Amino acid sequence: MTSGSTLGPVIGPGVGTVETRQVRLFDASHPLTLASGATLAEVDVAYETYGTLNDSGDNAVFICHALTGDAHAAGLHEGAHKPGWWDNIIGPGRPIDTDHLFVVCANLLGGCQGTTGPASINPATDVSYGIDFPLLQVKDFVTVHRALLAHLGVRQLLAAFGGSLGGMQVLEWALSYPEDMTHAVIIAASSRLTAQNIAFSAVAREAIKRDPGFKAGRYLDEGTNPDYGLSIARMMAHITYLSEEGLAEKFGRRFQDSENPRHGFGADFAVESYLHHQGEAFLGRFDALSYLYLTRVMDYFDPFNGVDENAPGDTFAAVEAAGTKFCVLSFDTDWRFDTGHSRRITHVLERGRLPVTFREIPSVWGHDSFLLPIPAYHDTIRAFLERAREERL
Amino acid sequence: MTTRRWPDENAGPGAFLRADLALVADLIPEGSRVLDLGCGSGSLLAYLIDHKGCTGTGVDSDHENVIKAMRRGLSIIDLDIEAGLPDFADNTYDTVVMSRTLQAIRQPRRLLEEMGRVGERVIVSVPNFGLWRNRLSVIRGHMPISKDLPHTWYDSPNVRYTTLTDLEAFFAAFGFEIEQRIPLVESWRPLRRGVRFANLLAGSAVYVLRRR
Repeated sequence: MTSGSTLGPVIGPGVGTVETRQVRLFDASHPLTLASGATLAEVDVAYETYGTLNDSGDNAVFICHALTGDAHAAGLHEGAHKPGWWDNIIGPGRPIDTDHLFVVCANLLGGCQGTTGPASINPATDVSYGIDFPLLQVKDFVTVHRALLAHLGVRQLLAAFGGSLGGMQVLEWALSYPEDMTHAVIIAASSRLTAQNIAFSAVAREAIKRDPGFKAGRYLDEGTNPDYGLSIARMMAHITYLSEEGLAEKFGRRFQDSENPRHGFGADFAVESYLHHQGEAFLGRFDALSYLYLTRVMDYFDPFNGVDENAPGDTFAAVEAAGTKFCVLSFDTDWRFDTGHSRRITHVLERGRLPVTFREIPSVWGHDSFLLPIPAYHDTIRAFLERAREERL
Repeated sequence: MTTRRWPDENAGPGAFLRADLALVADLIPEGSRVLDLGCGSGSLLAYLIDHKGCTGTGVDSDHENVIKAMRRGLSIIDLDIEAGLPDFADNTYDTVVMSRTLQAIRQPRRLLEEMGRVGERVIVSVPNFGLWRNRLSVIRGHMPISKDLPHTWYDSPNVRYTTLTDLEAFFAAFGFEIEQRIPLVESWRPLRRGVRFANLLAGSAVYVLRRR
């Protein structure tokens, strides 16, 4: 076992009981214009907040969630036993310290957990958008996040934070509106997917589209659901979120029910049973079209398009002037977005003379490491944010 | 040249920058963009930023050092410099500094060339194996242990040992001219100006190099 497999203690009691709220940020008199030029006449956003916004409105941290996350980042919903998806890092005394910080997390546009997405009712037709929902870009997520902050009275972010697709949002945000934040944290993310990354997502989408229940994207009207396709998509994606070392440590070649193999095509190995469970659990909380739309957003993301990576230049003059500090982190066993992705982000920002801190954190847990209390990782986040707070004082 | 004592506020009240780092700080013009390889907890960079209006980045791969440097607000690239400097584009720094590390590098030539690619000027400090006391130690049959070479042979991070004479030939052979050479006595103060036999008398030396 390497040291990276050791998880650290989770500090303090957490943020307690929390509630997801919802707000309409765009409506007919103020529609959302997307980067593509398409518009959405109504946009509701689900969000949670933890901690207290200070009088000057500048102690806020925005959490951008990953592909299948949601607004519930920390604390417990009434009656629930499982806390929010990033509870180990957010709370009093935790690296994202709610004794000092006001933390905001919103569900993504195009998602299915309280924010307007393909399953929402199109006000023009009174039926769900389905496949008529417009295609999105990472820029559109940023537009909605900014509208939410304006609604909450946040003047400037101390930091924007995100892992995976969340880190991609932070990168886009910091490059487009550097004056919005003094610090930007980009974890296990990419500035441009590789052919292999796109290929995995393509197979996931094919599994969904070829499910007989998909009905050309009209499944909500038809009363069906592409359950097989969606669960297969999730099972395959899940393999890419863990590493060989992580799977070996967690499951090895153990059999599920006995010392001996049953031989056959059922879920005989523990890892098979685990994937089945992941696939099934996903059906209860995610919409197939949201999966299609959000994975497609990742495929097209390329904010450094047109930047000469090898020549020094002033491509980021506005970002340099704003003085936003970047922290880019990767995990050494992540093969979904391996360290090369983070190093490319670092290299391009560095080349643009922007202040960048980069670390590759040792961990056996692959891409999912960004969700885990790994001591070196939490120490790094804590140091970066404590300093950010001091600079603000 | 005399060395002044430079404060190291981050190391606590009344603390001063290590004498050789203070000397390096003197060699870096106001407002430079500096890359500090093997920056430790970032004392030199923090000093340059606070007192000389510099900007810059540190490189270190020790967890505690990286955390301390981050707490000082420095930008740190956590990187093993044995692998070169792939994260840094050509000509992006005014000065690349490496203090007392060249002797611990397996491929010093490749790293020196990388430093020259990234920065306009290169400042290195290197311990001098040619110091008379080290020579005496070897004549007596022992590997030297001194303030500049403080480790036993079996416990040393150093993998290369060089005299100043060999070092200067090395710089010349790989495309660098010496803009300034400052031999230091063992207390890390500069030798008297114009003194001869630096290779015998210096425990280490600081070089300011420029690509030819």
